[in-house]
Order: sequence, then C-alpha cells, then structure tokens
Amino acid sequence: MDLKSSTPQYAGTDSRYARAGVKEYREMGYYDPHYEPKDTDTLALFRVTPQPGVDPEEAAAAVAGESSTATWTVVWTDRLTYLDRYRAKCYRVEPVPGNPEQYFAWIAYDLALFEEGSIANLASSIIGNVFGFKAVRALRLEDMRIPVAYLKTFKGAPHGIPVERDLLNKYGRPLLGCTVKPKLGLSGRNYGRVVFEALAGGLDFTKDDENINSQPFMRWRDRFLYSMEAVIKAEQVTGERKGHYMNVTAPTMEEVYKRAEFAKQIGSVIIMADLTMGYTALQSLSNWCHDNGMILHLHRASHATFTRQKNHGVSFRVLAKWMRMLGVDHIHAGTAVGKLEGDPNLVQGYYTILREQHVRPDPVKGIYFEQDWAYLPAVFPVASGGIHAGQMHLLLDLFGDDVVLQFGGGTIGHPMGIQAGAAANRVALEAMVLARNEGRDIRREGPEILRQAARHCKELAAALEVWKDVTFEYTPTDTPDVLATVTL
Amino acid sequence: MRITQGTFSYLPDLTDEQIERQIAYIVHQGWAVSIEYTDDPHPYNVYWSMWGLPMFDLEDPAAAMYEFKKCREAFPHCYIKINGYDPSPMWQAQRVSFIAYRPPVEELGFRLRRILWSDGRIQKYGLEPYVEDLPPGRRYRNP
Repeated sequence: MDLKSSTPQYAGTDSRYARAGVKEYREMGYYDPHYEPKDTDTLALFRVTPQPGVDPEEAAAAVAGESSTATWTVVWTDRLTYLDRYRAKCYRVEPVPGNPEQYFAWIAYDLALFEEGSIANLASSIIGNVFGFKAVRALRLEDMRIPVAYLKTFKGAPHGIPVERDLLNKYGRPLLGCTVKPKLGLSGRNYGRVVFEALAGGLDFTKDDENINSQPFMRWRDRFLYSMEAVIKAEQVTGERKGHYMNVTAPTMEEVYKRAEFAKQIGSVIIMADLTMGYTALQSLSNWCHDNGMILHLHRASHATFTRQKNHGVSFRVLAKWMRMLGVDHIHAGTAVGKLEGDPNLVQGYYTILREQHVRPDPVKGIYFEQDWAYLPAVFPVASGGIHAGQMHLLLDLFGDDVVLQFGGGTIGHPMGIQAGAAANRVALEAMVLARNEGRDIRREGPEILRQAARHCKELAAALEVWKDVTFEYTPTDTPDVLATVTL
Repeated sequence: MRITQGTFSYLPDLTDEQIERQIAYIVHQGWAVSIEYTDDPHPYNVYWSMWGLPMFDLEDPAAAMYEFKKCREAFPHCYIKINGYDPSPMWQAQRVSFIAYRPPVEELGFRLRRILWSDGRIQKYGLEPYVEDLPPGRRYRNP
C-alpha cells in the first residue's frame, strides 16, 4: 500500500483540504465567537490538534459540525429545516498553554439535539464520527457542562452516598473493600472462602473482578451461592452488615437480568457490572436496581483505552459525569497513589465531580465548567489497585470519608492470612479517622499514627513491615494543563 | 465476640477523653449529636432507643458528654452509640456513628439459622441474637 498517497496533505490554502470543502465549516455557522451559550445548552470542551496547516478555528468549527448536523459538503435539504438551532456552535478557541500544536475549543449544543435520558444518544453525537475526522490529527473531549434541563431527564444513582450508608449502617469513614484474587481460576467454594475471610477480618465489601463472569472453572450461580454464604457468616461473626458485589456482566441482557434476579433472590444487597456492557445495558440495569433496591457498582473495565492519552480520546471526568447521569452507585475513579494511572489533582477532580452537588471550575483539577448537578445523587468513588495499609493517611487526606478503598493484594497478600490483612486495613483506617477527628495533621503525622496503632495490632505491624517500600512512582500520562502556583 | 458496628470498633475501647474529642469533632462540623442505646444490637436493628432528642446547635461538647454519661449510668446493660447528624442539603443523614459503651459482660453473639430450600440449593438464612432468649431489659447481666 502506498502510505504516502493515503496520508492527507493539508498544508496551504490551495491544498486538498481547502478543495475538499473543509474550510466551509466555519462559514456554515459552526464557528461563532459572538455566540452566548444558553443555560439550556450542553457545553463541551475539546482539545483539538489540527493537521499541519489547518487553521485552529476551522478545525474547531469542523468538530462542531461533525458532532452535530454537518456532513462533508453542503446539502440542499439543509434548507428544509431551521438548521441554526441544530448546528453546534464553537464559540471560543484558545491555544493550550505550553503546547503550540493544540487548541481548546468550546462548543455549545442546543437542548433539542439529544434524546431525553439517553447517554447512548449523547455519546453518539459528541464522540461519534467526529473522533475519526481527518482534518484533526487528534481530538480529546476534556469536559462537559450538562444543563439542568437535560439532567432532569435522568434518574441517576439508585441510592447515592447517604442512602447507601443508611443501608449499610456505616458512617464517618471510608468503606473498605477487597477484590477476590486470583482474578481467575478459583472454584466457587474456594472463592467463597476468600470472601468470608476478608469480611470476617473487618472489611465491609468484597468484589468480583471485572473478568469474573461465568467461566468453566466457576459458573456464576455457584459463585453467587458460596459468596452469599460467606457474607451471612461474616455478618454472624462480626454483628455488622457486609456485602459482596456480584458481577452480573453477561453476553446478553436476558442473561444479565437472570443473574441480577438471582442475586436479589438470595439476599445480596449489591451487584456490579462492567463498563464493557455498554451505556444502554448499564442504564437498563440501573433502572432494574432502582426497581429492586439493589446497590449498583460499576467497574470501569476498558475506560483507559480511551481516557488515558492526553491528546486523544475522552477524559475520565466526562465519563464520570455520564455515569452519574446514567445512574450507578459506585464507580472506580482512581487512587493517585496506587498502581493505576492517575495524576493526584485530576483524580481529586473526578471525586469532586462524582460527589458534590455544585462543582466549580478548577483548572488545576482539570475541571473547566461549573456544574450544577440538579439533585442527582452523589456517587461513591472507588479507589482500587495497588494500595495498602501503609498509605492510609495519604488516602484519607486525599479522598476524605466518602470513598470505597479497595485493598486486593493489600488484604489477601498479608503474610498472616486474609483475615489478618483485612484487620490491618480496618485498624489502620479507624486509627487514622480517630486522629484526624482529633485535629491531628495526618498527612505529616500519618506514619507515626500507624506505628502507634500497630502497637496494639500485630496484623497492622506485619502489614507495615511487608509493604513499607511499595510505591508506584511513575509520571502520569494525563496531567493538568494548569499548575497550581505556589503563593507565599 | 466483639460486635464491630460503628467506626472505632477495631480500636481498643475509647476512653472518656477520646470520646469527648470525637464529640467535639461532631460539634465543630456543625452537626447535631445524638445518643442511642439498645440491648438488641442486631446488625439490622435500625432504631435504637433515643436518649432524648438530637442536640442541635450545640456549642459546648461537654453538654453532650454529660448526657452520654447520664445514659451510661441509666443503662449500664446496654450498648450506647454516639452519632453526628448533618441536616445540610443532599446529606440530611448521619455523618458519624460509633459505639461509645459496651455492656461489661461477654457478648454471646448470634445464632445463624440455615434452612435448605428445595429450590436449587438456595439457603434461607436467619441471624438471631442469643440474648433474644431473654426479654428486653433483662439482657447483658451476669447470670
């Protein structure tokens, strides 16, 4: 194949780009620097990397066009409608600080453009064809402002943070969870053993991993039954409510509902699903959870394929907003200190988006728009992946009380066993909450607070010893464009 | 056994000084302090008895500490918990809850009843506190 001839050559105004009619996007009304966005408009901020030689305003207008009404040429049927309403309008273009190739483009979409209560429809417009558009070399959806008028067509989380706390009777501290390991290969009976040990040791939740669905070595029904036995037995020996996220991800919706119904029938308080199921399937499952009083945990499996690269894809903060609208009770949102990608400032931004009622712009945290959540319930962020008891002061300081901290290896890998690992995490957490409430500076005194707590808890002492040097210090791929200035 | 409801159940029992500092935290957050007691600490028992009304607009944590001590004198055979309640919009819910006092006898725990149903290995479960054999008011006393 001749790569050279298949590569678009856009340089110059008399290039193929200009002859192809791309320039007309701007002239067709998709760029209007005087447009004043309405309160009912959906606003999107894109990071645009135009092809060399393409004017940034043209590229931005093209993005507005391709994500709304336009096709690649003028069609006479445009004249049959009041197209000005349906055209998205790019109203602002600015260079990205410190990155001469990239531009921020602000685009407004009229309320009429999206079907009521449909994340699938919203996504099909905003991240549909446009991301493959040739006139831009790369494109990233950084943030969105969803108008109250559109939010009110969504129900949001089946429960939300305060109601879930009431259901679980747990207040004033992060919840503790653990993903059963190894991810694949355990039999149902062995799997339930891990669930019981972790819950009896002091955790609130255990969790199926994303790729545990219904494989030959452990069918879903066996896993659900053994896990439920473990949950009830753990409640017996602790006198405390417990739960296990039962993963109902399945090949078809019929099968998803079948598994969810069974989880309900045997008394589970919570189920989970993977993002790989798709927005429509998740929204159906959310409705089912509304109807059946079941907490819904979302594992964001596959998100990093499109959220991680800074120049192309969709920011996780946009996905977090969509999931809050679509209606999940939990969503994995990063740890900052663990093994998975996540700049601490940006991760805190995701937490703000999931938990607050009124979000103010904060470019250091990657939040560009003010967002009034219109009473949609707050979603529990879940911090999972490579965290351990020795980081408890950092986790509590970064994320506060309303987070689920999930220690998989950090529970099951404890040298004295799973119950010991769970107890170490719980003791570390409670000691840190106690100290914080007493007014101590946990970020600074954290390691000392943990050492003191370990004096009456040999399990914590062992955990601190084993994992004392474990950190995951890598430079994040996705970082803020604005850095906090140090003020003296 | 040790019932691990509430936030600080995995730590050694809190001293009065520690309890007072936690009450001060609740008060400084602007939340109401409430005290509840029970001799039925079943994990699904939502409504423990209220020791008076929640203390709204409290300025001095000592007042709540005084009420806690009075409750402890009146119900030494009960569990007592201290809650912080946040009436602000979108919370309107408890923000803090911890067991501040446990009866000074062994907690016997719960009987787990299993009934195997014929319906595909599904078990029906029931948790019953052993102390439920005694009527309310006569539990958690030395024999």
